Amino acid sequence: MTDTTAQTVPGKRSLLTLDDRTRRRNAAEARFRAYGLAAVTVALIALTLLLVSIFANGVSVFRQTTIAIPVTLDAKKLDKSGKLDPAVMAKVTTVGYAPLLTKGLQAAMEENGISDQGLKAKAIGALISQDAPAQLRDMVLADPTLVGQTISFEALASGRIDGYFKGRVTMDSAALDSNISPEQLALADALKDAGILHSRFNMGFITAPDASEQRPEAAGLGVAILGSLYMMIVVLVLSLPIGVAASIYLEEFAPKNRFTDLIEVNISNLAAVPSIVYGILGLAIFINFAGLPQSAPIVGGLVLTLMTLPRIIIPARAALKAVPPSIRDAALGVGASKMQSVFHHVLPLAAPGILTGMIIGLAQALGETAPLLLIGMVAFVREYPGAPPEGFFDPASALPVQVYNWTQRADPAFVERAGGAIIVLLIFLVTMNAAAILLRRRFERRW
Amino acid sequence: MILLVVLALAAAGFLAGRMRALKSTGGDPRQLHSLPGHHGQMVLLFTAVPALLLIAAWLLIQPVVIERNAAALLAPADIPEGSSASLVMSDVRRISDGLDVIGAREGLTEAGIAALGADMGGLRDRLGAVGVALGGEVKPTVFEAAKLFRTESRGGRRAMTVTVLLTAIAGLVLSLRRIRPDLRARNVSETFVLALLIGSSLIAVLTTIGIIASLLFESLSFFRLYPVKDFLFSLTWNPQFRGGSDLGIWPLLWGTLYVSFIALLVAAPIGLMIAIYLSEYASKRTRAIVKPAIEILAGIPTIVYGLFALVTVGPMLRDYFAQPLGLGTSSSSVMTAGLVMGIMVIPFVSSLSDDIINAVPQSLRDGSLGLGATPSETIKQVVLPAALPGVVGAILLAASRAIGETMIVVMGAGAAAKLSLNPFEAMTTVTVKIVSQLTGDTEFASPETLVAFALGLTLFTITLALNIFALYIVRKYREQYE
Repeated sequence: MTDTTAQTVPGKRSLLTLDDRTRRRNAAEARFRAYGLAAVTVALIALTLLLVSIFANGVSVFRQTTIAIPVTLDAKKLDKSGKLDPAVMAKVTTVGYAPLLTKGLQAAMEENGISDQGLKAKAIGALISQDAPAQLRDMVLADPTLVGQTISFEALASGRIDGYFKGRVTMDSAALDSNISPEQLALADALKDAGILHSRFNMGFITAPDASEQRPEAAGLGVAILGSLYMMIVVLVLSLPIGVAASIYLEEFAPKNRFTDLIEVNISNLAAVPSIVYGILGLAIFINFAGLPQSAPIVGGLVLTLMTLPRIIIPARAALKAVPPSIRDAALGVGASKMQSVFHHVLPLAAPGILTGMIIGLAQALGETAPLLLIGMVAFVREYPGAPPEGFFDPASALPVQVYNWTQRADPAFVERAGGAIIVLLIFLVTMNAAAILLRRRFERRW
Repeated sequence: MILLVVLALAAAGFLAGRMRALKSTGGDPRQLHSLPGHHGQMVLLFTAVPALLLIAAWLLIQPVVIERNAAALLAPADIPEGSSASLVMSDVRRISDGLDVIGAREGLTEAGIAALGADMGGLRDRLGAVGVALGGEVKPTVFEAAKLFRTESRGGRRAMTVTVLLTAIAGLVLSLRRIRPDLRARNVSETFVLALLIGSSLIAVLTTIGIIASLLFESLSFFRLYPVKDFLFSLTWNPQFRGGSDLGIWPLLWGTLYVSFIALLVAAPIGLMIAIYLSEYASKRTRAIVKPAIEILAGIPTIVYGLFALVTVGPMLRDYFAQPLGLGTSSSSVMTAGLVMGIMVIPFVSSLSDDIINAVPQSLRDGSLGLGATPSETIKQVVLPAALPGVVGAILLAASRAIGETMIVVMGAGAAAKLSLNPFEAMTTVTVKIVSQLTGDTEFASPETLVAFALGLTLFTITLALNIFALYIVRKYREQYE
């Protein structure tokens, strides 16, 4: 400062005109502020980009291309005995149903005057998903009286055809692809113009089980959603009572000594242990040592319980601490025991806070992937797990693991599925977090 | 099923306890030491809790014991070349399940099932018919083991039902008989509840012990098969499932540190500037909107970031940076994983730093501003130096988070273990290798699988040390101004 005053002649300078140095300092101030704003903007842009790219990538999965095919269910082929007995008819495998679909499609093409573009019957049949015959077979076995009739069947189009209408497959890429030819795409266009081929809301994506590598169009989240639900039930049932009991003890009863210090340090460190370490714990203790089955929701639930416990105990303790001591004193003053004052007065007042923490902990557990990979949840599971409690021991998948699973497959159609699965997962998470926020708004009390 | 019975017994115990307490004074609750409800509660606890604990313990121990008994029947010759004891044991388990199905379907008696062993050739077909497909012929010893497994697990289940019910009833009767007008039922039941509360908080300690024990024991058996020296000092990672693999940790550790370093390079300045802007410049309304929005980043599951790295960031970096610059052609790279992870840890840095900057006393700021410093000068020369230890703690916490992160690196960083400086090359990390060595068909005798536990131990030690150090700094600093 002394330098500047020495350089400028006093009296010639107005306070209102800025000298160089002040201007520089003001510019530095503005720059610094702009850096801060830029940092905030960058973070918000990253968040938007993340969400937009995931949604753009996955939202198309909720529409699926199907082909309406009039299928003549030939009694001679499907039910040779003529007794309409499902047990006997089950001998006809999906191989027996596939030609019926192809024939039906050819008939529909003829009726609408669509040229077959010089394609053979096999190439025309390739427009239909490999999963469609299985669905048709299930439908017929469930209702044998359909045999002999001509029904209109909504068959899934194959993954490449579906990709063509979603812009993933183009005429150019089809020319290089051994699974689909430009002629087949042209035929699909003609079918679409005739109204035979159209796109519908994809209910199967939510309810159907996973499908094999060649049938991305049939893959769904049914088993994964059920598996995640089972795990959340296990986590809720175990971690709510244990977490609440532990936080009550530590906050209300624990004497200040080395033992309780040990527990507290333990809990805060457990909250920061990488989640994959819990996966190792689950593999070593629950599967190798206790012999529980791999890929079962019960093991996943136990691992996630151990992982979420510290994350529940910390907010639960904060909620208990927020209840003013006057409440406890009043209860003790009228003759309640310590236990009664806690269970009758403090706990109900802290309940909204505890529940909020619980829901947020559950939401975290729902999105956790790494520990589940280690306990074998990545296995390919097509069977729905049974009803609880036995169902907890059946193999199942989980939502985030299913996402990972699909990204590891070769067909790009599975990446679209993975995006769709993430949207479903995020919808669950947003619902849970919104419930937590509502709960907090509705019941939050400040003393 | 048995759970319901125990719960019903407990509920009945509650009512019976109340009634008996009331009756003991001829219906006058004033002469009781404790309220009738407390007597009921006491009976309920003594009925339900020991029985439930017994069920849990039994379910954990029974499979271990039975498996050991069945495995004792197997001769070493029963284990085929290229297979392992655990695979044969899973055959044993499947055969015993299949026997149940056969028994139910064909209406066989117990003796009939025991006689099945006579016809080994037919047995495989019959098991196949009920959905138990076996690789080869059933060996007699394996079949015997399966039968033993089946009878013991049935017997065990029956024994469990009986013991649990007896425990519940004993608890019920004993506690009911204790009821007298002067029984301090409230104190008894409250001590019981307190014991339960203590037990629950011990779960956290047990978890830690479990983690450390499982990591240590398996790591020890790894080091018995593979020298510690090579693990710690070898510079190559090249697992061969036929044996003779190099399992040096350095390439993995290098990848982990490189990815985390890039992540912090992204997150530390951005997170710190966000914290400064929100705590010193932003209006209350901006703060109320921006702060939760940034914390959303912390709530998004890591698998979402992984997919983001895989489908958006990876290809973008490859097409616009790596390929034009001639640095690499792989879409999964250290840079991809580092950038995405950086976005993920921004909120960890920003919210902790925000707390710490807010904890700097206002008087320091006022003094500096009063001397004519601009707000930015105040922040740079007064607030930040005062908050520095806390900010460092926040960054260390973020670092421990980044080191332990799994899904982003699994999907974004690649699987090739190498020591390279090029950030656009695919590298691998400790967590990626834990996942890849432990998923799929695992056999717990080979060093290639067991190395994952040693890696886990390394990871656990590093993150724990970082955490303890960071928490120590943050705590020490916080107390300074309180």
